[in-house]
Amino acid sequence: MKAKETENKTGISHWIDERLPVFTFINHNLRDYPTPKNLNYFWNFGSLAGVTLVIMIVTGILLAMQYTANTEMAFDSVERIMRDVNNGWLLRYIHMNGASMFFIIVYIHMFRGLYYGSYKYPREILWMLGVVILLLMMATAFMGYVLPWGQMSFWGATVITNLFSAFPVIGDYIVTFLWGGFSVDNPTLTRFFVLHYLLPFAIVGVVALHLVALHQFGSNNPTGIDVKSDGDTIPFHPYYTVKDYLGLGVYLIVFAFLVFFAPNFLGHPDNYIPANPLQTPAHIVPEWYFLPFYAILRAVPDKLLGVLLMFAAVMVLFFLPWLDKHKIRSANFRPFYKQFYWLFFINCIVLGWVGAMPAEGIYVLISRVATLYYFGFFLIIMPFLSKFEKTTDLPSSISAAVISEKFDNKEPSSSESYVK
Amino acid sequence: MLSKPFNFFICFLFLFTIPNSFFVKAATSNVELIQQNWPFNGIFGRFDKASLQRGFKVYSEVCSACHGLRHISYRDLEGIGYSNDEIKVIAGEYEITDGPNDEGEMFTRDAKMSDKFVGPYENDKIARLANNGAYPPDLSLIVKARGGGADYIYSLLNGYKDFPENFEASEGMYYNEYYPGNQIAMPPQIEDDIVEFDDGTIATHNQIARDITSFLAWTAEPELERRKSLGVKTLFFLVLITIMLLGVKRKVWKHLD
Repeated sequence: MKAKETENKTGISHWIDERLPVFTFINHNLRDYPTPKNLNYFWNFGSLAGVTLVIMIVTGILLAMQYTANTEMAFDSVERIMRDVNNGWLLRYIHMNGASMFFIIVYIHMFRGLYYGSYKYPREILWMLGVVILLLMMATAFMGYVLPWGQMSFWGATVITNLFSAFPVIGDYIVTFLWGGFSVDNPTLTRFFVLHYLLPFAIVGVVALHLVALHQFGSNNPTGIDVKSDGDTIPFHPYYTVKDYLGLGVYLIVFAFLVFFAPNFLGHPDNYIPANPLQTPAHIVPEWYFLPFYAILRAVPDKLLGVLLMFAAVMVLFFLPWLDKHKIRSANFRPFYKQFYWLFFINCIVLGWVGAMPAEGIYVLISRVATLYYFGFFLIIMPFLSKFEKTTDLPSSISAAVISEKFDNKEPSSSESYVK
Repeated sequence: MLSKPFNFFICFLFLFTIPNSFFVKAATSNVELIQQNWPFNGIFGRFDKASLQRGFKVYSEVCSACHGLRHISYRDLEGIGYSNDEIKVIAGEYEITDGPNDEGEMFTRDAKMSDKFVGPYENDKIARLANNGAYPPDLSLIVKARGGGADYIYSLLNGYKDFPENFEASEGMYYNEYYPGNQIAMPPQIEDDIVEFDDGTIATHNQIARDITSFLAWTAEPELERRKSLGVKTLFFLVLITIMLLGVKRKVWKHLD
């Protein structure tokens, strides 16, 4: 099933391809593109994130045609979309829940990279571009949540923008600059809308760079071993196209279930109350995907330090390739890293959980311990393990690993004993 | 090979449950809400039209004295089973200020189907003045805007009690075990036979509370029935195509063995 099309020297596609090599490009990057043959289902999440980005942009553009970015009208215009615009409720619920799905997908994508060492040589820039995408996503999601101008929109915007006032001397100027005035008000809403519309296209740009960087060396794989021969790879099409479609099917089932049967499950009821600057909600809680970072912010008694730590929690990811210099990529062959990794995973969930709890009593202590481990994992454990961790035996190649796995699968009852 | 996609699916679902435990519903009160088996719950949920119409009557005769429904138009009442002629009569009972006309004067006219529900007060200030300083919230979205949703509204309407001893009550407030802080400015409104239902249903306290809550669930989510029926179809399609994709995937990957 290889390269038939490109040999066809006649016809319109050839005429175009000679002048603008789009078909060669597609062929090279989506069809013949050699991909390790042992990728597991965690390698689906990149394409799922791409699909989600497209869904978000399409629904977002359609919503923007009906939305009004004015403090007097924003809330009602959203309700108009929900009630009077044809299928407006569907568009809005897809967009609203799409944000949550996007973060679920991207977080799994990142945890996969962290487990299999996908950020290591030669994929450092690929990883760093991913962190840039995450930052842009966070900014976009935060500003998008402000647009319906409900209570949580308003108070979330107030709390988060106010964080910048923690910086000495220039803090208040930054906040006034962000607001475009002396409180969160109409200028704030208008600029948030403009930026919320703009940033996704910046994300598309960085995603393109992310893909260029990916295709430079190709995908990492569960063994973390480099591709050594043609026998280690298979063409992207049809193998991974069909696998990505299957993953997409499963993903859309979950997505659709949320949109149609629990559309407000991940939201906060207070956001169906119009924004009221004179009435503070009992608990101001960010959207679930910010909760771990919110927990880190509140773990520190000093405001400035808390803000810095919260930003550092994302920024530290940029330095991952240099914090973990262990030669072996995959955690499958690093017995100690593997255990710290899973502890880190649980730790992130704990951070998210305490982020949703009131900042008092035992929760403060838990958030401090969890924050300590979050940074300890990156800054102490990773460099330490890089130096001292001994690895288990690696398979000689990707093909060898695949063969031994099949051997394991023949006797599922005692498969445990084959784990080296 | 069979186990792999399945494991993936389970793994995915597991990760999906995480936000569930993160999420805190607005802490209303420590008392457990009265759980009702609403017909609009669940993936096949539908509204009980008769109940919605009774609820609308409760709203019109009781709640609308203080609470508005500003996101609802009279034409929306088609959704709870009224005909256009009936809606015109209902709308005609209300007057709204329109204008200016060609002489530059404001005038009042009967409400039309396309008008939003006429609210009880001219503005928020008058609403507060008339209610001892408390503002009766608009009810269009109340079911979505409170943690616990319909169960919370139903519980609240059934939650009035006498003040417990030693409770420091403010003046003009009422005790409600489901309201945050337990002091609510709204006096108990519902009592047996406060309305007379056209369909002969006996207007007990619980019946009235149930019908008005159903009605408010509808005003909050008038798209609910369309959403759920479209959801069932969509899921059916997606599950079918995913099973087919699983077959295709296995067939294609077989070549590798």
